[in-house]
Amino acid sequence: MQTIKADLHIHTVLSPCADLAMSPANIVQEAKEARLGVIGITDHNSTRNARVVKNLAEKEGILVLTGAEVTTKEEVHCLTFFEKEEELIEFQKYLDDNIVQIDNPDGYWGYQPVVDKDENILELVPYWLPAALETGISAIQKKVYSLNGIFIPAHISRPENGIFAQLGFIPSRLEFDALEITGRRRAGDIRKKYKLKKEWTLIRNSDAHFPQQTGRNYSFFHIEKADFSEIKMALNRQKGRFVEIV
Amino acid sequence: MKVSDLVEKLQLKVFSGETGLNREVMGGYVSDLLSDVMGNISEGEVWITLQTHQNVLAIASLKDVAAVILVKGLEPEKEMLKHSNEEEMPVLGTTRATFETAGKLYELLNAD
Repeated sequence: MQTIKADLHIHTVLSPCADLAMSPANIVQEAKEARLGVIGITDHNSTRNARVVKNLAEKEGILVLTGAEVTTKEEVHCLTFFEKEEELIEFQKYLDDNIVQIDNPDGYWGYQPVVDKDENILELVPYWLPAALETGISAIQKKVYSLNGIFIPAHISRPENGIFAQLGFIPSRLEFDALEITGRRRAGDIRKKYKLKKEWTLIRNSDAHFPQQTGRNYSFFHIEKADFSEIKMALNRQKGRFVEIV
Repeated sequence: MKVSDLVEKLQLKVFSGETGLNREVMGGYVSDLLSDVMGNISEGEVWITLQTHQNVLAIASLKDVAAVILVKGLEPEKEMLKHSNEEEMPVLGTTRATFETAGKLYELLNAD
Protein backbone atom coordinates (compact mmCIF):
# COMPACT_ATOMS: atom_id res chain seq x y z
CA MET A 1 0.00 0.00 0.00
CA GLN A 2 1.11 3.55 -0.68
CA THR A 3 0.24 6.85 0.92
CA ILE A 4 -0.59 9.40 -1.73
CA LYS A 5 -1.31 13.09 -1.15
CA ALA A 6 -4.44 14.32 -2.93
CA ASP A 7 -6.20 17.63 -3.50
CA LEU A 8 -9.49 16.93 -5.24
CA HIS A 9 -10.97 20.40 -5.53
CA ILE A 10 -9.14 22.71 -7.91
CA HIS A 11 -10.62 25.27 -10.30
CA THR A 12 -9.12 26.19 -13.65
CA VAL A 13 -9.38 29.53 -15.45
CA LEU A 14 -12.73 28.31 -16.83
CA SER A 15 -14.48 29.02 -13.50
CA PRO A 16 -15.33 32.74 -13.47
CA CYS A 17 -14.15 33.16 -9.88
CA ALA A 18 -10.77 31.53 -10.60
CA ASP A 19 -7.65 33.55 -11.34
CA LEU A 20 -6.41 33.97 -14.90
CA ALA A 21 -3.23 32.21 -13.82
CA MET A 22 -5.08 28.92 -13.23
CA SER A 23 -3.97 27.56 -16.58
CA PRO A 24 -3.56 23.80 -17.01
CA ALA A 25 0.23 24.17 -17.09
CA ASN A 26 0.34 26.29 -13.93
CA ILE A 27 -1.94 23.92 -12.07
CA VAL A 28 0.31 20.98 -12.91
CA GLN A 29 3.39 22.93 -11.86
CA GLU A 30 1.81 23.88 -8.53
CA ALA A 31 0.68 20.31 -7.98
CA LYS A 32 4.24 19.10 -8.56
CA GLU A 33 5.63 21.61 -6.09
CA ALA A 34 3.03 20.65 -3.52
CA ARG A 35 3.99 16.98 -4.07
CA LEU A 36 0.44 16.00 -4.89
CA GLY A 37 0.01 12.54 -6.36
CA VAL A 38 -3.63 13.09 -7.29
CA ILE A 39 -5.59 16.23 -8.16
CA GLY A 40 -9.25 16.78 -8.98
CA ILE A 41 -10.31 19.33 -11.58
CA THR A 42 -13.67 20.75 -10.59
CA ASP A 43 -14.82 23.81 -12.50
CA HIS A 44 -18.34 25.06 -11.86
CA ASN A 45 -20.80 23.01 -13.87
CA SER A 46 -18.25 22.30 -16.59
CA THR A 47 -15.70 19.59 -17.36
CA ARG A 48 -14.27 21.23 -20.43
CA ASN A 49 -10.77 22.09 -19.19
CA ALA A 50 -10.34 18.87 -17.20
CA ARG A 51 -8.86 16.59 -19.83
CA VAL A 52 -6.27 19.17 -20.89
CA VAL A 53 -4.99 19.20 -17.31
CA LYS A 54 -5.08 15.39 -17.23
CA ASN A 55 -2.94 15.05 -20.35
CA LEU A 56 -0.33 17.47 -19.04
CA ALA A 57 -0.30 16.02 -15.53
CA GLU A 58 0.11 12.43 -16.72
CA LYS A 59 3.52 13.38 -18.11
CA GLU A 60 4.54 14.34 -14.56
CA GLY A 61 3.12 11.16 -13.05
CA ILE A 62 0.21 12.95 -11.40
CA LEU A 63 -3.25 11.38 -11.61
CA VAL A 64 -6.09 13.75 -12.48
CA LEU A 65 -9.68 13.02 -11.58
CA THR A 66 -11.76 14.78 -14.24
CA GLY A 67 -15.10 16.23 -13.27
CA ALA A 68 -16.97 19.32 -12.15
CA GLU A 69 -18.30 21.14 -9.10
CA VAL A 70 -22.01 20.96 -9.73
CA THR A 71 -24.56 23.47 -8.34
CA THR A 72 -27.77 21.58 -7.59
CA LYS A 73 -31.21 23.16 -7.79
CA GLU A 74 -31.02 23.69 -4.03
CA GLU A 75 -27.71 25.52 -4.62
CA VAL A 76 -25.66 22.83 -2.89
CA HIS A 77 -22.21 22.41 -4.41
CA CYS A 78 -21.13 18.81 -5.12
CA LEU A 79 -17.89 17.40 -6.56
CA THR A 80 -18.38 14.84 -9.31
CA PHE A 81 -15.70 12.74 -11.05
CA PHE A 82 -15.76 10.31 -13.95
CA GLU A 83 -13.21 7.73 -15.03
CA LYS A 84 -13.75 7.31 -18.75
CA GLU A 85 -13.84 10.00 -21.40
CA GLU A 86 -17.23 8.85 -22.70
CA GLU A 87 -18.70 9.08 -19.19
CA LEU A 88 -17.29 12.59 -18.82
CA ILE A 89 -18.70 13.63 -22.19
CA GLU A 90 -22.12 12.31 -21.30
CA PHE A 91 -22.10 14.15 -18.00
CA GLN A 92 -21.03 17.34 -19.77
CA LYS A 93 -24.09 16.95 -21.98
CA TYR A 94 -26.24 16.52 -18.87
CA LEU A 95 -24.80 19.75 -17.47
CA ASP A 96 -25.43 21.60 -20.74
CA ASP A 97 -29.00 20.33 -20.91
CA ASN A 98 -29.87 21.17 -17.32
CA ILE A 99 -28.12 24.39 -16.41
CA VAL A 100 -30.27 27.52 -16.01
CA GLN A 101 -28.76 29.81 -18.60
CA ILE A 102 -28.07 33.12 -17.00
CA ASP A 103 -26.30 35.76 -19.01
CA ASN A 104 -22.73 36.76 -18.26
CA PRO A 105 -22.90 40.18 -19.95
CA ASP A 106 -19.45 41.45 -20.93
CA GLY A 107 -17.98 38.95 -18.53
CA TYR A 108 -19.57 40.73 -15.54
CA TRP A 109 -19.17 37.61 -13.42
CA GLY A 110 -15.69 36.79 -14.68
CA TYR A 111 -13.88 35.25 -17.56
CA GLN A 112 -14.89 31.71 -18.60
CA PRO A 113 -12.46 30.42 -21.24
CA VAL A 114 -12.15 26.86 -22.45
CA VAL A 115 -8.43 26.49 -23.24
CA ASP A 116 -5.96 24.10 -24.84
CA LYS A 117 -2.63 23.08 -23.33
CA ASP A 118 -0.94 26.21 -24.70
CA GLU A 119 -3.58 28.44 -23.15
CA ASN A 120 -5.15 29.31 -26.49
CA ILE A 121 -8.79 30.20 -25.96
CA LEU A 122 -11.06 27.77 -27.75
CA GLU A 123 -14.31 29.29 -26.51
CA LEU A 124 -15.68 31.75 -23.97
CA VAL A 125 -18.71 30.30 -22.22
CA PRO A 126 -21.49 32.94 -22.57
CA TYR A 127 -23.69 31.98 -19.63
CA TRP A 128 -22.88 32.08 -15.92
CA LEU A 129 -21.33 28.69 -15.08
CA PRO A 130 -21.97 28.59 -11.30
CA ALA A 131 -25.75 28.93 -11.83
CA ALA A 132 -27.94 26.18 -10.44
CA LEU A 133 -29.01 23.21 -12.51
CA GLU A 134 -32.71 22.59 -12.86
CA THR A 135 -32.27 19.20 -11.20
CA GLY A 136 -32.05 18.49 -7.49
CA ILE A 137 -29.26 16.86 -5.51
CA SER A 138 -30.76 13.35 -5.49
CA ALA A 139 -31.33 13.29 -9.24
CA ILE A 140 -27.81 14.53 -9.88
CA GLN A 141 -26.34 11.93 -7.54
CA LYS A 142 -28.23 9.18 -9.37
CA LYS A 143 -27.02 10.48 -12.73
CA VAL A 144 -23.40 10.49 -11.49
CA TYR A 145 -23.73 6.93 -10.22
CA SER A 146 -25.34 5.79 -13.48
CA LEU A 147 -22.07 6.88 -15.11
CA ASN A 148 -19.96 5.02 -12.48
CA GLY A 149 -18.85 8.34 -11.07
CA ILE A 150 -17.78 9.65 -7.67
CA PHE A 151 -20.13 12.04 -5.83
CA ILE A 152 -18.99 14.21 -2.91
CA PRO A 153 -21.03 17.06 -1.36
CA ALA A 154 -18.56 19.97 -1.22
CA HIS A 155 -17.44 22.16 1.71
CA ILE A 156 -20.24 20.83 3.91
CA SER A 157 -19.79 23.35 6.71
CA ARG A 158 -19.58 26.45 4.56
CA PRO A 159 -22.47 28.94 4.96
CA GLU A 160 -22.62 29.49 1.22
CA ASN A 161 -23.59 26.47 -0.84
CA GLY A 162 -22.74 23.87 1.80
CA ILE A 163 -25.29 21.08 2.23
CA PHE A 164 -25.99 21.96 5.86
CA ALA A 165 -26.58 25.62 5.05
CA GLN A 166 -28.77 24.98 2.05
CA LEU A 167 -30.74 21.93 3.25
CA GLY A 168 -30.04 21.83 6.97
CA PHE A 169 -29.47 18.08 6.88
CA ILE A 170 -28.22 15.25 4.67
CA PRO A 171 -31.23 13.57 3.03
CA SER A 172 -31.42 9.99 4.32
CA ARG A 173 -31.63 8.44 0.87
CA LEU A 174 -28.78 10.45 -0.63
CA GLU A 175 -25.76 8.32 -1.49
CA PHE A 176 -22.24 9.73 -1.62
CA ASP A 177 -18.64 8.53 -1.57
CA ALA A 178 -17.43 11.07 0.98
CA LEU A 179 -18.09 14.53 2.40
CA GLU A 180 -15.69 17.38 1.79
CA ILE A 181 -14.35 20.03 4.11
CA THR A 182 -12.18 22.96 3.03
CA GLY A 183 -10.38 25.30 5.41
CA ARG A 184 -8.56 24.33 8.59
CA ARG A 185 -11.26 23.34 11.07
CA ARG A 186 -10.47 20.05 12.80
CA ALA A 187 -12.24 17.01 11.39
CA GLY A 188 -13.30 15.89 14.86
CA ASP A 189 -15.05 19.21 15.52
CA ILE A 190 -16.93 19.02 12.22
CA ARG A 191 -17.99 15.42 12.87
CA LYS A 192 -19.30 16.38 16.28
CA LYS A 193 -21.04 19.57 15.20
CA TYR A 194 -22.92 17.99 12.32
CA LYS A 195 -23.36 14.59 13.98
CA LEU A 196 -21.75 12.80 11.04
CA LYS A 197 -21.96 9.03 10.99
CA LYS A 198 -18.66 7.31 11.78
CA GLU A 199 -18.65 5.42 8.52
CA TRP A 200 -18.84 8.60 6.42
CA THR A 201 -15.43 9.53 5.04
CA LEU A 202 -14.32 13.15 5.34
CA ILE A 203 -11.82 14.50 2.85
CA ARG A 204 -10.08 17.84 2.96
CA ASN A 205 -9.31 19.80 -0.22
CA SER A 206 -8.09 23.26 -1.15
CA ASP A 207 -10.88 24.64 -3.36
CA ALA A 208 -8.01 26.43 -5.09
CA HIS A 209 -8.95 29.44 -7.20
CA PHE A 210 -5.42 30.89 -7.24
CA PRO A 211 -2.21 29.00 -8.06
CA GLN A 212 -0.67 29.28 -4.61
CA GLN A 213 -3.79 27.74 -3.06
CA THR A 214 -3.21 24.45 -4.86
CA GLY A 215 -2.49 21.78 -2.27
CA ARG A 216 -2.93 24.17 0.69
CA ASN A 217 -5.25 21.50 2.04
CA TYR A 218 -5.04 17.84 1.11
CA SER A 219 -5.92 14.32 2.17
CA PHE A 220 -3.79 11.19 2.36
CA PHE A 221 -5.12 8.25 0.37
CA HIS A 222 -3.90 4.82 1.50
CA ILE A 223 -4.17 2.84 -1.73
CA GLU A 224 -2.32 0.26 -3.85
CA LYS A 225 -1.74 2.70 -6.70
CA ALA A 226 -3.04 5.98 -8.05
CA ASP A 227 -6.06 5.17 -10.17
CA PHE A 228 -9.76 5.96 -10.20
CA SER A 229 -11.02 2.70 -8.75
CA GLU A 230 -8.47 2.75 -5.91
CA ILE A 231 -9.57 6.30 -5.05
CA LYS A 232 -13.19 5.21 -5.06
CA MET A 233 -12.42 2.23 -2.81
CA ALA A 234 -10.56 4.43 -0.36
CA LEU A 235 -13.44 6.92 -0.16
CA ASN A 236 -15.78 4.03 0.58
CA ARG A 237 -13.36 2.26 2.97
CA GLN A 238 -13.28 -0.91 0.92
CA LYS A 239 -10.66 -3.67 0.88
CA GLY A 240 -8.37 -1.98 3.33
CA ARG A 241 -8.13 1.27 1.36
CA PHE A 242 -8.93 4.44 3.30
CA VAL A 243 -8.48 8.19 3.55
CA GLU A 244 -6.70 10.02 6.33
CA ILE A 245 -6.91 13.73 7.02
CA VAL A 246 -5.01 15.83 9.50
CA MET B 1 -42.96 55.22 -3.86
CA LYS B 2 -39.26 55.67 -3.19
CA VAL B 3 -36.98 53.49 -1.08
CA SER B 4 -36.77 56.31 1.46
CA ASP B 5 -40.58 56.15 1.88
CA LEU B 6 -40.30 52.41 2.55
CA VAL B 7 -37.64 52.99 5.17
CA GLU B 8 -39.94 55.38 6.97
CA LYS B 9 -43.18 53.41 6.65
CA LEU B 10 -41.67 50.02 7.57
CA GLN B 11 -39.19 51.40 10.10
CA LEU B 12 -36.24 49.86 8.32
CA LYS B 13 -32.64 50.31 9.33
CA VAL B 14 -30.33 51.71 6.65
CA PHE B 15 -26.97 49.90 6.71
CA SER B 16 -25.44 51.46 3.62
CA GLY B 17 -26.01 52.76 0.11
CA GLU B 18 -27.79 55.90 1.36
CA THR B 19 -27.21 57.70 -1.91
CA GLY B 20 -29.58 55.23 -3.53
CA LEU B 21 -32.53 55.92 -1.25
CA ASN B 22 -34.30 57.93 -3.93
CA ARG B 23 -34.71 54.85 -6.18
CA GLU B 24 -38.29 54.11 -7.26
CA VAL B 25 -39.88 50.94 -5.91
CA MET B 26 -41.76 48.95 -8.54
CA GLY B 27 -42.49 45.78 -6.58
CA GLY B 28 -40.94 43.11 -4.39
CA TYR B 29 -39.28 39.71 -4.70
CA VAL B 30 -38.56 37.12 -2.03
CA SER B 31 -35.90 34.46 -2.58
CA ASP B 32 -32.76 33.13 -0.94
CA LEU B 33 -31.58 31.16 -3.94
CA LEU B 34 -29.21 33.31 -5.97
CA SER B 35 -29.79 31.54 -9.26
CA ASP B 36 -33.51 32.06 -8.85
CA VAL B 37 -33.12 35.78 -8.23
CA MET B 38 -30.75 36.16 -11.14
CA GLY B 39 -33.17 34.54 -13.47
CA ASN B 40 -36.38 36.11 -12.23
CA ILE B 41 -36.12 39.41 -10.36
CA SER B 42 -37.15 42.56 -12.21
CA GLU B 43 -35.61 45.99 -12.26
CA GLY B 44 -36.93 48.24 -9.49
CA GLU B 45 -38.12 45.42 -7.24
CA VAL B 46 -37.14 45.29 -3.58
CA TRP B 47 -35.31 42.04 -2.82
CA ILE B 48 -36.10 40.51 0.57
CA THR B 49 -33.53 37.91 1.68
CA LEU B 50 -31.56 36.38 4.55
CA GLN B 51 -28.36 36.07 2.51
CA THR B 52 -25.75 38.59 3.66
CA HIS B 53 -22.73 38.06 1.41
CA GLN B 54 -21.25 40.11 -1.39
CA ASN B 55 -22.78 38.09 -4.21
CA VAL B 56 -26.14 39.46 -3.10
CA LEU B 57 -24.90 42.95 -3.91
CA ALA B 58 -23.40 41.90 -7.22
CA ILE B 59 -26.74 40.44 -8.29
CA ALA B 60 -28.74 43.38 -6.93
CA SER B 61 -26.58 45.80 -8.93
CA LEU B 62 -26.62 43.77 -12.10
CA LYS B 63 -30.39 43.45 -12.03
CA ASP B 64 -30.85 47.07 -10.96
CA VAL B 65 -33.16 46.31 -8.04
CA ALA B 66 -34.51 49.13 -5.87
CA ALA B 67 -32.99 47.91 -2.60
CA VAL B 68 -32.12 44.81 -0.57
CA ILE B 69 -33.89 44.14 2.75
CA LEU B 70 -32.14 41.75 5.15
CA VAL B 71 -34.57 40.10 7.55
CA LYS B 72 -34.45 38.76 11.12
CA GLY B 73 -31.97 41.34 12.31
CA LEU B 74 -29.24 40.04 10.00
CA GLU B 75 -26.44 42.39 9.02
CA PRO B 76 -24.52 42.66 5.77
CA GLU B 77 -20.98 41.29 5.63
CA LYS B 78 -18.12 43.75 5.22
CA GLU B 79 -17.75 43.25 1.49
CA MET B 80 -21.47 43.61 0.93
CA LEU B 81 -21.48 46.93 2.83
CA LYS B 82 -18.51 48.20 0.86
CA HIS B 83 -19.96 47.35 -2.52
CA SER B 84 -23.37 48.74 -1.65
CA ASN B 85 -21.85 52.16 -1.06
CA GLU B 86 -19.87 51.91 -4.29
CA GLU B 87 -22.95 50.88 -6.25
CA GLU B 88 -25.33 53.27 -4.45
CA MET B 89 -27.56 50.28 -3.69
CA PRO B 90 -29.42 50.58 -0.37
CA VAL B 91 -29.03 47.67 2.04
CA LEU B 92 -31.81 47.85 4.60
CA GLY B 93 -32.60 45.79 7.66
CA THR B 94 -35.57 44.67 9.72
CA THR B 95 -35.92 42.49 12.78
CA ARG B 96 -39.10 41.02 11.31
CA ALA B 97 -39.00 37.66 9.56
CA THR B 98 -39.53 37.26 5.83
CA PHE B 99 -43.25 36.49 5.92
CA GLU B 100 -44.18 39.62 7.82
CA THR B 101 -41.77 41.83 5.89
CA ALA B 102 -43.14 40.70 2.55
CA GLY B 103 -46.70 41.04 3.81
CA LYS B 104 -46.20 44.61 4.92
CA LEU B 105 -44.38 45.55 1.72
CA TYR B 106 -47.16 44.01 -0.34
CA GLU B 107 -49.79 45.95 1.60
CA LEU B 108 -47.93 49.20 1.12
CA LEU B 109 -47.46 48.73 -2.59
CA ASN B 110 -51.09 47.80 -3.15
CA ALA B 111 -52.70 50.46 -0.97
CA ASP B 112 -54.96 52.80 -2.88
